Amino acid sequence: MRFARRAWIMAWKDLTVEGRSKETLNSLFFFALLLIFLFQFALGPDRERLTAALPGLLWLGFILSGLLGLGRTFVGERDNDCWDGLRLAPGDKSAIYVGKLAGNLLLMLAVETIFLLLFELFFDLDLVAALPGLALVVGLGTLGLAAVGTLFAAMTAHVRARELLFPVLLLPVEVPVLLGTVKATEAVLLGEPLGAVAHWLKLLVAADVIYVAIGVLTFDVVLDG
Amino acid sequence: MGLRKAFGTTLVLDDVTLSVRPGEAVALLGANGAGKTTLLRILATLAHPSGGTARIAGFDCAREPERVRECIGLVAHGTLIYEDLTAFENLRFWRVLAGAPAPARDVREALAAVELEPYADERVRTFSAGMKRRLSLARVVLARPLVLLLDEPFAGLDQRGKKWLEEYLQAFKARAGAIVMVTHSFGRQLAVADRIAILAGGRIALDRPRPAVSADELMRLYALHTEEAP
Repeated sequence: MRFARRAWIMAWKDLTVEGRSKETLNSLFFFALLLIFLFQFALGPDRERLTAALPGLLWLGFILSGLLGLGRTFVGERDNDCWDGLRLAPGDKSAIYVGKLAGNLLLMLAVETIFLLLFELFFDLDLVAALPGLALVVGLGTLGLAAVGTLFAAMTAHVRARELLFPVLLLPVEVPVLLGTVKATEAVLLGEPLGAVAHWLKLLVAADVIYVAIGVLTFDVVLDG
Repeated sequence: MGLRKAFGTTLVLDDVTLSVRPGEAVALLGANGAGKTTLLRILATLAHPSGGTARIAGFDCAREPERVRECIGLVAHGTLIYEDLTAFENLRFWRVLAGAPAPARDVREALAAVELEPYADERVRTFSAGMKRRLSLARVVLARPLVLLLDEPFAGLDQRGKKWLEEYLQAFKARAGAIVMVTHSFGRQLAVADRIAILAGGRIALDRPRPAVSADELMRLYALHTEEAP
């Protein structure tokens, strides 16, 4: 109960600060818009090329926006030495990780929803039929991305070359998630039943469980640096 | 006891021994780079000593940091404030994160104590530096720690704020609280201290009861030990 309350207040704080400053959300919205324009110029009106490239493009957009958003997770904690405040808070530090992860997850899902809507609008797609399956795949993939991203953002928060180091560390670890999500998204968009991609979904669930568990178990050490 | 701290080959603290009893306040003076803040960070469990031991309320700062963190309140240069939250939200956030209850009445009382209650629901971004400092102190008031670790606590406060802090620290001592206060000032804030210690060359060069040292003598001793006029 105490753990959940501490995790909740952390997520609440991050979302409230973001809701008021809108620093990350505004940047990511325009970034998503820019990507969509670039994709449309690159692919042109050819529907076949679009269908083949769509899963990869979707996840390229999610990952790039995720990298920008996740990398800023602990930037605000450096102001006014709030990082020290987090370290000084008595109790299990993994509650801070879970709260940060929840905040990141909600923020990323919000950006991804906007991204999907823009995709539907700009490419004249009908994603409604694929929505339940797509929501499951996107949810699992985003959790895997956010779990490692939150941990690595804490690890690189005080590194000078943070912007460079963060994606270099994150992307190799995310290979199983990226593989699973792109393959599962492709199948879902082609109208295949979820049962046909069960093996990819199992891979995603396993990766999510492992990544979240590692984050929970190691965050204390990472925070105390 | 015998506290040492080195950053690479630079020895910042060398065999520092200092004790503070409940109900006592020690003012720690020293030149820039003397290691005052480092000592405070070790006591606050934010830095690990290279040698020796530091204990607060019987708990080892290096081995039992969680127990120590339950006992201390730290007011350092950073205010530990989120600028996009209100004053009320900031206090409530830190209290809940510490796993403690945060009734609205207690939070508002802490804000009232530092005369920020009228601004409770305003975003901290609009506050002056002095108001942020008072909010930082309200966090400590709300937490009710056993030991206060203060780094230049009077900095940025107006005369009213300084008077309030003096009274608060005296009341804190009266409740058997212990205080370690780092300061550069030789002014009225030293009145809170029961002992004055000067840190120089990584060691405690002087540790005397405050009433035994006159202002002139303190300046002379400070200059002698730090080779720097106050």
